[in-house]
Amino acid sequence: MKTLPSTDVVIIGGGWTGLLMAKEISAHTSASIVILERGRSRMADYSSGMDELDYFVRLHMMQDPSREAISLRHNDNERALPIRQFGAFLPGEGVGGTGEHWGAVYPRLLPDCFEMYSKTVERYGEKKLPADHSMQDWGITYDELEPYYARSEQEVGVSGKAGNLKGKKIEGGNIFEGWRSTEYPMPPTITPYFSDLFRVTTKSLGYHPYYNPTAVTSEEYTNPEGITRPACAFCGFCERTPCMINAKAQPTNVLLPIVRQRKSISIRTGATVRRILHDKNGKSPNGGKARGVTYVDESGEEVFQPADLVVLASYTLSNTHLLLLSGIGTPYDAATGKGTLGRNLTHQVSFGVQAFLQKPLNKFMGGGGTGIRIADFDADVFDHGNLPFIRGGMIAAMSVGTQPLSTFGNVPRSMKLPRWGAAWKKAAIEYFDRTGVVSFAGEQIPHKGNRFDLDPTYKNAAGDPLLRMTQNWQDNERKMVEFMNAKMVEIGHAMGAKDVNPFPGYENYDVTRYQSTHIQGGTIMARTPDRGVVNTYQQHWDISNLFVIGASTFPNSGSSNPTPTILALTYRTADAIVDRYLKQPGMLG
Amino acid sequence: MKRRQFLMLSAASIGGVLVYSLDRRVSRVFAQEKSTQTLKIPLRFFTEEEALIVAAAAARIFPGDDSGPGAKEAGVVIFIDRQLAGPWGRDRYRYAQGPFEENAAREFGYQGKAAPRETYREGLKGLKGFHLLSPEEQDKKLTEIESTHLFELLRQNTIEGMFSDPVHGGNVDMVGWQLVGFPGPRMSNYDEVDKYFGEAFRPKPVSLEQVLRRKVRPSEDEGLGST
Repeated sequence: MKTLPSTDVVIIGGGWTGLLMAKEISAHTSASIVILERGRSRMADYSSGMDELDYFVRLHMMQDPSREAISLRHNDNERALPIRQFGAFLPGEGVGGTGEHWGAVYPRLLPDCFEMYSKTVERYGEKKLPADHSMQDWGITYDELEPYYARSEQEVGVSGKAGNLKGKKIEGGNIFEGWRSTEYPMPPTITPYFSDLFRVTTKSLGYHPYYNPTAVTSEEYTNPEGITRPACAFCGFCERTPCMINAKAQPTNVLLPIVRQRKSISIRTGATVRRILHDKNGKSPNGGKARGVTYVDESGEEVFQPADLVVLASYTLSNTHLLLLSGIGTPYDAATGKGTLGRNLTHQVSFGVQAFLQKPLNKFMGGGGTGIRIADFDADVFDHGNLPFIRGGMIAAMSVGTQPLSTFGNVPRSMKLPRWGAAWKKAAIEYFDRTGVVSFAGEQIPHKGNRFDLDPTYKNAAGDPLLRMTQNWQDNERKMVEFMNAKMVEIGHAMGAKDVNPFPGYENYDVTRYQSTHIQGGTIMARTPDRGVVNTYQQHWDISNLFVIGASTFPNSGSSNPTPTILALTYRTADAIVDRYLKQPGMLG
Repeated sequence: MKRRQFLMLSAASIGGVLVYSLDRRVSRVFAQEKSTQTLKIPLRFFTEEEALIVAAAAARIFPGDDSGPGAKEAGVVIFIDRQLAGPWGRDRYRYAQGPFEENAAREFGYQGKAAPRETYREGLKGLKGFHLLSPEEQDKKLTEIESTHLFELLRQNTIEGMFSDPVHGGNVDMVGWQLVGFPGPRMSNYDEVDKYFGEAFRPKPVSLEQVLRRKVRPSEDEGLGST
C-alpha cells in the first residue's frame, strides 16, 4: 500500500464538523490539514435543486445506499435487515455533507438535557426512571457551552428572538430556554399564515408560542468572517434541497469559502476511509496512538495517510462504524453492560397530526426553519409527577414550504376513503392546500438495548460488515406520543379544523417513516473512561491523538435539532486543540 | 438487439403532449377534437402493450373526470417509462445485496430482490389485457392486487407522474400542478409569504426549465447518451 506524505492533521469527513475544525485549527496554527471526504465536491451550482422528485423523493443529496448501508433490528431476537433505501433518516454526502440539505432549525439544548439523569432523579426519584434506561449526565454543563452556542449563531447566522436574555424572560422568544448572553444575530423570520394561526391559537390556549430559530437569513447578513448572504426568498424548496441563493446556512457557503483559501488545508474528495491505524488497541486510558488512516482514493487505490492528529468527523453512524471496524476501544456488550463503543443510540420522537382547516394555506410558500413552536411540553418544563413518562419536546406549526408529490393524498380518516380512484382524488384535491401539519419533535430516552455494533450478515461495497442498529421505541416514547398526540389534536381543533387525523402511535421503529436525521450516541462522552468513549473535549479515552466530533458523542438526544450543540462542542474542542493539545499533546483534563 | 418500442396513441385521446423524439429534441403535439392522427411516442422500457396496461391502470388510480385532468392527460405512463429505464428503475441507489426477505414486516420497508423494472415486467404479465377491460372490471382487478408491491409502485409512480416537474415527462403542461394550485419552482415568494391569510394565492405555474431558461438533465437520464 502506498504511503502518502505525512500531514499534521487528518480530518475524516468534510461536513459541518470537519470543515469547522479545519477552519478553526488553520486560523490559529500553521498545521497542515488533510480533509478526506467520501463523496464528491459540491461546487454549489444548486440552481437545478428546485425539483421535488429528484431532491425530495429520489434523495439526490443523500448517501448512496448501494455502497454503504446500515442494518436494523428491533431487539436481540430479530435478525437485522438492511435499510435498503433511506427513509427514517437521510444522511448526506459530499463536501458539506448533511448540512447542504438540512432544514436549518437552530435551537440550543435546554440546560437540563446535559444533566438529564441527575435532574430527573432529583425531582422525581430513581423509581421514575424508565426501565432499562441508560441515562447518564454528560459531564459538561449548558453554562460551559453557552459562549460556544453564541459563537456558532454568529458565524452560521441565525434568525430568532431571545426568550431568556441573561435571565430576563421575553415574550415572542422561548421563555423556557436556557439563558442567553446575547440576542440572535438576525430578527425572526416572517411568519406565514398557517404558523400565524398556530401562534394565535396556542396563545389563546395559554401556551407560549415563540419564533422558531433558524439558520436561514431573515435579512441580508454578514458574519464575523465577512461572508455576506442574502435574505431568504421563501421559495419553499428548502428541506432536502441545497439553497440556490445561500440564504440557508450550509457548510459550502459559511465555511468552505474560507477553507478553500487556506493553503494549509487540502480537501480530497472521493476518499473513502477504511481504517484508523493505531499502534495499540488501547486497553488503558492514555495509552495507544493513532498513526493515521487508510483510505480508498478516487482512482480506487487504497493508500495510507500518516498523521499526528486524527479527527473523526463523519457523522454519528460513520464515526461509530469506523471505530468498530478499526478495533479502537471496547465494544459495548448489552448482555453484560460492559464496554462503551456503540452505547446510547438515540434518534428522535417525531410525528405530526393533520389538521384539515377551512381556508387555503398557500403552503408552497415557506422557508427553512420558518415557523412557530411551543416549548410548554419540552423536557421537564412541565410537571411529570402524575404522568407515565419523563421528558418531552416541542410542538410546532412549521411553514417550510410543501410540495405536491410528497404531500398529496391526505384526507380525513373519517371519510373512510380508499387510497386511489375518483372519490379519493376529488377529496385529496379539495384538502390539499387546507391540510396543516402540527408536528412534534421530542426526546428518545437512551435504553440499554438500543445500540450500535457490526452486522454479522450484510456487507458494504468494500466488503466490510455494515453498521447494525438495535433500536426500538420503548414505553416512555409510546406514552409520550399518546400524551402529545392528544394535545396536538386539541390544538388542531382550536385552529378551526373539524377533522384532525391523529398520529396512529408508535409500534416498532419504522425505517420507512422519516423521523429526522438526528441520530445520537455510539461514541458518547463521559468524565471517566468506564462510562464513555471520549472525554468532554471529545478526545478518545484510549487514544489521545484521536478526537471524535459530532452527535455520536451525545449521551442522550435533545428534544430537537442537534446541530447547534454539535457546532458548539466542535468550537470548544477546536479551542482546546489549538490552545492546549497542539502545544502539549496528551490527555486534556 | 431489441427492436425499439413505441406507444401508439390516437391524438384525440390526449390533451396535448410534450413529446421527445428519438434524437431527444422536444416538440409539442396538440390534439384536435376529431383528428385521426396517431402519435408515435418512443418508449425506453415498456413494450407497447405494457405501456397501454400501465396507462390504463394509472387512469383508474388517478382518473381524468369532473374534478379535473388525470393520469392520461398528464402523460403519467411516459413518466413511469422513463423512471423504469433510468437508475431508479434499475435500483442503482438501493442496497441490493442479499440475503433478501420477501415477506419482511412493514417497518423494514421493501426487502425483496426485484428492482422496480423487474417488479413491473413480471407483475404486468398478470395484467394481460387489462387495458381492454371496462373501467369497473379494471377497478375490480386493481382491488385484487392492492396489497402487492406492484400496486404500491403503480400508485406511488402515478402520483409522481402527476406532480413532478414536467422535465421528467409527466405533469404535461403542468396540468397536475394546476389541479392543486402549486406554482412550481417560483424563485421568490418574498412579497407574498406574509399576505393572503386565508385567501388562495395561485400564480401561474412555471417549470424548472422555464425558470432557469436552460435545459435540465433529470436523474432518470443518467446513463443515457449525451443530449
